[in-house]
Amino acid sequence: MSTSQISPVEQKGAGVATYLDERVGSNGFLRRNLNKVFPDHWSFMLGEVALYSFIVVLLSGVYLTLFFKPSMVEVIYDGPYIPLKGVKMSEAYDSALNISFEVRGGLLMRQIHHWAALFFMTAIAVHMFRVFFTGAFRKPREMNWVVGVSLAMVALMAGFSGYSLPDDLLSGTGLRIAEGIVLSIPIIGTWASFLLFGGEFPGTDFISRLYGIHILLIPGILLALITVHLMMVWVQKHTQFPGPARTNNNVVGYPLMPIYMAKAGGFFFLVFGIIVIIAGLVQLNPIWIFGPYTPDQVSAGTQPDWYIGWLDGALRVMPNWEIQAFGYTLSLNILIPALVIPGIITTLLIAYPFIEAWASGDKREHHLLDRPRDAPTRTALGVMAITFYVLLWIGGGNDIIAVGFDLSINSVIWALRISLIVLPPIAFVITKRICLALQRRDREKLLHGRETGQIMRMPNGEFLEIHAPLNEEERAKIIAKPQVKPLPQPPETDSSGVRNPKLKKDKRRAKISQFLFGDTIAAPTGEEIAHADEHLAHEVIEDAPVMAEEEALQIAHDGSVLESPGTSGKS
Amino acid sequence: MKTLATHRRHPAAVIVAILVGLLVTGGLYTVVNSATQARSAEQDATQILNGKKLFLEGCSSCHGIAAQGTQNGPTLIGVGSAAVHFQVSTGRMPLANPGAQAPQKPREYSETDIAAMAAYVASLAPGPAIPTAADLDYSDADVAEGGELFRANCSQCHQAAGRGGALSNGKYAPNLMEATPQEIYEAMLTGPQNMPVFGDSTLPREDKQAIIAYVETLRASDDPGGWALGRFGPVTEGLFMWIGALLLVVACAIWIGAKVR
Ligand code: HEC
Ligand code: HEC
Ligand code: HEM
Repeated sequence: MSTSQISPVEQKGAGVATYLDERVGSNGFLRRNLNKVFPDHWSFMLGEVALYSFIVVLLSGVYLTLFFKPSMVEVIYDGPYIPLKGVKMSEAYDSALNISFEVRGGLLMRQIHHWAALFFMTAIAVHMFRVFFTGAFRKPREMNWVVGVSLAMVALMAGFSGYSLPDDLLSGTGLRIAEGIVLSIPIIGTWASFLLFGGEFPGTDFISRLYGIHILLIPGILLALITVHLMMVWVQKHTQFPGPARTNNNVVGYPLMPIYMAKAGGFFFLVFGIIVIIAGLVQLNPIWIFGPYTPDQVSAGTQPDWYIGWLDGALRVMPNWEIQAFGYTLSLNILIPALVIPGIITTLLIAYPFIEAWASGDKREHHLLDRPRDAPTRTALGVMAITFYVLLWIGGGNDIIAVGFDLSINSVIWALRISLIVLPPIAFVITKRICLALQRRDREKLLHGRETGQIMRMPNGEFLEIHAPLNEEERAKIIAKPQVKPLPQPPETDSSGVRNPKLKKDKRRAKISQFLFGDTIAAPTGEEIAHADEHLAHEVIEDAPVMAEEEALQIAHDGSVLESPGTSGKS
Repeated sequence: MKTLATHRRHPAAVIVAILVGLLVTGGLYTVVNSATQARSAEQDATQILNGKKLFLEGCSSCHGIAAQGTQNGPTLIGVGSAAVHFQVSTGRMPLANPGAQAPQKPREYSETDIAAMAAYVASLAPGPAIPTAADLDYSDADVAEGGELFRANCSQCHQAAGRGGALSNGKYAPNLMEATPQEIYEAMLTGPQNMPVFGDSTLPREDKQAIIAYVETLRASDDPGGWALGRFGPVTEGLFMWIGALLLVVACAIWIGAKVR
């Protein structure tokens, strides 16, 4: 088909485009944006998983709002679930049961909504790991990192508020703990709690208040933040991993239209499909088993959803410290794990890009990602933080672990307390070592080639392994290693002999810089690489004739580089 | 006919009828009962003797030759036949080795031997007796009421779905999904180890039956939502999310993101 023949469909399309362009000037916008290039790597799709599960959360949530009644008015259950017939409960719980047992597709929708929420939170976490470990938060993307952390925090609240709505025994117990945390705030605690719950816990107002927050306020904030987040990705363009022809100044990938759109669209339906299949097959939050909430009941094995687990774990692991003074009690046992530790973690998280930038004095823009090994201290810090987090998370399930593995819950708690202090630094050291070892290996590979696994016997009986040059891709990756130099020690005096007034501060900054960027394996210089290349080419040509025929064949299979010298050997 | 009908409607007639009925059934019951009692008294005596023998062989090393208790085990005087039946039929007794809590094991005694030992212990002093068939008939019990009672009295240790939970220092409330109605009744009646006693004044017979009915419903009920992941709650759900679901999504991402060659 020649291009000059325009089909009726295309004609129509062109008509619509022209109509729109004449009114809103859309053609220029579309041309600019549809030709945008998006680099390809599976880890760049983790943010998309978050986005898509958020869409699923929104859609399924709308369905639930049609049937859910956010009211704490007491009713008597008269539905089809016999084990609760005649039981007094709030209207909220009653309507959640109704959705589960009577509304068509209701249970599936509840489970889709909740599973999608778990997907959302999990995707956010892994997406954040990806951004952190690749250094995608560096200039100019620091602000987007801050938006990201805010998204993570708001998403936590979204999850917790949703978990608390059905007013079953689990959600009520979660709220009770939240109330305890509010109460522990010095001075204003009691008033804050009364304000929140409209009087004594649980009161009769809270579910309807929470409902507004959960279905309006939080999704609104999330939508706004996600829009800002994606617009920033759009404007700043996506980062890319180092590779052949990829530089800090270009973006190598597929154009948005049609390839990337097709991929993203397909991926949306995959994520959607996986969520629906899991929601259809795996039960989540069976509220009918937990029963309605009453403040005098609590079930063993009461847990929050996984993303709140670390907070619950911190509470469970914390020793029971309290300070009594002037007739008041300062509940350190709650304040520290529930407010101080999360506060510190959030602050560090938000501050990290700025700390790194300040400590390196680096003002360049970074559009090429780091491979985690090339930033050993950052990677080690990340693994250390994750270790700490995971230990708290395990703490949230301490009772299940004790029962499941036949352990004493007291020993589990003590093991966790010790681990929380000991394991993160160990994780730091080990990770850093691994990173440095990988860097060393990269350097070796660059200078001496890739080990081919082919052993050659020299005339004097010595065995040697044949090395082959790296392929272009690997080579580009290794050469792209950033050379961040730690800041030098500040001079004590300036050139005219005046004492540096900020000496102490500068020294501290140099120390932190040394800590963050000091340890690295020096990358080979251009000269060394050139020399090594020459040597390698030489080795390959010289060695080729000595190889047995089958070896030469194997090499040809394994790497194309060796093909020509092996077969065209000068025997 | 007419006079009889009017008499029947007289208020006193109801009382008379009830009195007559009571007298007749009561009288019959005493006659029949004393006959059976006479016959079973002999049987009881041999059963108690048997039980004593078994007790001396298997239990006295810890509980003392007169069940008076030793350093290794508490006195059994007054614990009643229900406690013996519960402890031995769940395999907790005879205790193999001391630990935080006597664990369930495969039982070592036959039902007759257990009954014999129970009779022996009961003969020492009165205590909670093995529940009768009527006690255990929960067919008329109110399941929903049982659910309320279960959540109020049992779920803090045994978990809302009866899957068990941790107590301090290695003690635990076991999973109830394996317990028979009789064991549930006896557990409430005798309060084994760290479990409180739920005597008939706290939980009357109907309440116990309701609880049993609820536990049985929990055991028998399907999970309408699908695979319940052991009904352990958010911990196993979160684990499934991270291990199962996330891997699936990442595999898809790798597949979609794979370079087209
Ligand atoms: C190795 C020592 C040992 C042996 C053998 C043993 N018991 Fe026990 N038994 C104990 C201990 C210790 C306890 C207390 C457990 C606890 O409360 O933690 C106990 C508790 C009991 C109780 C519960 C008492 C109560 O207060 O409710 C009964 C009933 C009982 N044993 C019956 C038996 C019978 C019947 C046998 C023989 C088949 C037996 N035991 C064998 C050590 C033993
Ligand atoms: C304070 C915690 C606690 C409470 C409350 C409690 N239990 Fe228990 N329960 C236990 C412990 C601990 C055991 C294990 C005792 C043992 O091993 O001897 C147990 C054992 C049992 C067993 C025996 C299980 C088996 O498989 O052998 C049953 C049945 C049982 N409980 C039922 C109940 C019921 C019904 C209630 C509510 C009326 C209840 N429990 C309340 C702690 C508790
Ligand atoms: C509601 C949750 C979130 C959604 C829907 C979301 C979505 C996305 C998407 C679709 C992208 C582009 C693709 C990608 O790189 O994966 C992206 C990029 C990015 N996200 Fe998020 N994200 C969320 C949360 C977060 C969080 C918690 C952080 C960090 C704290 C974060 C930081 C970033 C950064 C810095 C980029 C740019 C990455 C780059 O260009 O390499 N995001 N986000």
